[in-house]
Amino acid sequence: MGREAAAAAEKGQGGTAYTVEQLVAFNRYNPDILPDLENYVNDQVSSQTYSLESNLCLLRLYQFESEKMSSQIVARILVKALMAMPAPDFSLCLFLIPERVQMEERFKTLIVLSHYLETGRFRQFWDEASKSRHIVEAVPGFEQAIQGYAIHVLSLTYQKIPRTVLAEAINVEGLSLDKFLEHQVENSGWVIEKSQGEGQLIVLPRNEFNDPILKKNTADSVPLEHVTRIFPILS
Amino acid sequence: MANDEERLQAQDLGYDPNFVPDPVKTFVVHLYRHIREKNVYEIHQMYETSFQTLSERFFKDTPWPSVDAVAQYVDNDHVFCLLYREMWFRHLYARLTPTLRQRIDSWDNYCSLFQVVLHGVVNMQLPNQWLWDMVDEFVYQFQSFCQYRAKMKNKTEQEIALLKQFDQAWNVFGVLNFLQALVEKSTIIQILEQEKEGLEQFTSNDGYDYNGGSNVLKVLGYFSMVGLLRVHCLLGDYHTGLKCLEPIDISQSGVYTIVIGCHITTIYHYGFANLMLRRYVDAIREFNKILLYIFKYKVYHQKSPQYEQILKKNEQMYALLAISLSLCPQSRLVDETVNSQLREKYGEKMSRMQRYDDEAFAMYDELFSYACPKFITPSAPSFEEPLVNYNQDAYRLQLKLFLYEAKQQQLLSGLRTFLKVYSTISLAKLASYMEVDEPTLRTILMTYKHKTHAVDSAGKIISNADVDFYIDDDTIHVVESKPSKRYGDYFLRQVVKLEKVINEMDSIKLE
Repeated sequence: MGREAAAAAEKGQGGTAYTVEQLVAFNRYNPDILPDLENYVNDQVSSQTYSLESNLCLLRLYQFESEKMSSQIVARILVKALMAMPAPDFSLCLFLIPERVQMEERFKTLIVLSHYLETGRFRQFWDEASKSRHIVEAVPGFEQAIQGYAIHVLSLTYQKIPRTVLAEAINVEGLSLDKFLEHQVENSGWVIEKSQGEGQLIVLPRNEFNDPILKKNTADSVPLEHVTRIFPILS
Repeated sequence: MANDEERLQAQDLGYDPNFVPDPVKTFVVHLYRHIREKNVYEIHQMYETSFQTLSERFFKDTPWPSVDAVAQYVDNDHVFCLLYREMWFRHLYARLTPTLRQRIDSWDNYCSLFQVVLHGVVNMQLPNQWLWDMVDEFVYQFQSFCQYRAKMKNKTEQEIALLKQFDQAWNVFGVLNFLQALVEKSTIIQILEQEKEGLEQFTSNDGYDYNGGSNVLKVLGYFSMVGLLRVHCLLGDYHTGLKCLEPIDISQSGVYTIVIGCHITTIYHYGFANLMLRRYVDAIREFNKILLYIFKYKVYHQKSPQYEQILKKNEQMYALLAISLSLCPQSRLVDETVNSQLREKYGEKMSRMQRYDDEAFAMYDELFSYACPKFITPSAPSFEEPLVNYNQDAYRLQLKLFLYEAKQQQLLSGLRTFLKVYSTISLAKLASYMEVDEPTLRTILMTYKHKTHAVDSAGKIISNADVDFYIDDDTIHVVESKPSKRYGDYFLRQVVKLEKVINEMDSIKLE
């Protein structure tokens, strides 16, 4: 069953992505798909896409046949997982990587980077990342993804944020930051105010996490499915 | 060949595998007949009760008679013999320690049994308890084998030779592919989907087939989803484990709640996986429900062979609940009954865990180690000298990563205390109270926000903070989350309850 399905899927239409997703959905416990999954990791890196399912599947196969593990591929998976924050994908991957592998230098660095991001230490993160260019620059879109995560956390936390704090979090300063702010004002509803001191204050859009009024009282909403269960009684 | 081994064993162990006491003869004859006649109730009685009674009486510390000895009483029926051997091995694992040879033989038996089922030629109706036990035992023996295999240090030459020769036995690919095959061949996922549209009857029939067919493949497929959840948790792949369980709606009762062992195993692993995924609210909610259920209904299972297991899992889930609530204080999610039990068992430990000092991490370590699944290393061992024991490696990794996460949340407890006291406070002031500088305080505040806003399975952000805040430039505004009265839920429950009372009254005949 396994082999035929794999061969049939490969002959199918569409690009590699479609085929690999099918493999992972229907053929996931087949050691033969390992090379396809490895290629897919490289695809994700070069085309700036991401698939947690496929990467977990590969890490599992490495777990089952540890002699086939490629450190380089694992490192790439971890960088992609870091870029998926705030999702806990990085931890999910670590659960599947043997401890002695995690002791290798490049993985230790990635774990430190993850630690800084998990604990909101953006300044330390960007410092460490600049020292580890060879790891992070190998993956296009890394900087933007982390900046996206930083803005996400800031949006949960702040209604109004001093420019300096924002600058440190996304590692952008001076003219580049001005340009960035302009773009956000035009497209994402940001507003720039003058703060009481000398600097600027950025007003972030209100959402349910930084504004108590918008906080949805989801606790009292009842899913339709639950209500349909009493229809026989009501009729 | 197995028979010769057993004869040799008989000489060694002082029992005769070919001796079949009369009550046992009667047992297999009747069981065989009931299976052929599809008398599910009788099969269940014999399986649950008679088997236990006979085991207690004749086979307290020896195996049951060999399958060859009983085959003659059951027309040498191939499938019955496979079923008998399955029970035979299960009894062995429970009462004695299996040898490597026996472990390998048990694997062979499961292969044969599952292959027969997968070929769709089985025409029996077996009780759900038995079918669940098969899947449960299959995963258990896999876990047991991995633990056994990982202790290479004191293996004899003979054992090492056998391991090399039979490297397919309990191979992780084999185990996973069998479970997956049962799920796929039974088309159970499609059946459950179609049931929602009213096009299929599965749950309403308790999984039984009233059209003259067999329930075995369907129900084994169903239970295999729980089996897959369990195996993935043992491997540390919580995300995929939960995905395997997805077709089962655990917010409702279903076939998984019919067998209490299955119900508990499902929720235990669901809760544990969510704990590791930092979805604390989901874990707390489900642990609360099942612990309440066990509290109410365990008295009905006191005589059952699963009682001890039920109690053990109960204790473990209290420990996991204690951990979850320490990391995510949401006491309003916990029922009063469960809460008082929790306070009794872990009240002191929980207050220590929330202090986040060194002692706290020792507590987290203790509770996690007590309650966690028995993680495994699935890969084949290295046969090179020196031979080592690596059976603890998998557990150590999961523990280490869990404590790492707990440590990252260390400063949040202190922050929470202050947030509960103030409605607004400047960053400068709070920083001085917490004895940190302002930039550090900002990072702590962001950590709090990040850790209390989990990403759910659909990628949405869900807040599980009991006390929340937002920052306006340099002032923190605290937002107390009001405990919401769940009116909608309450009304739904009362409507159903009233209907039940009315129906009961209607059914009373007055003399």
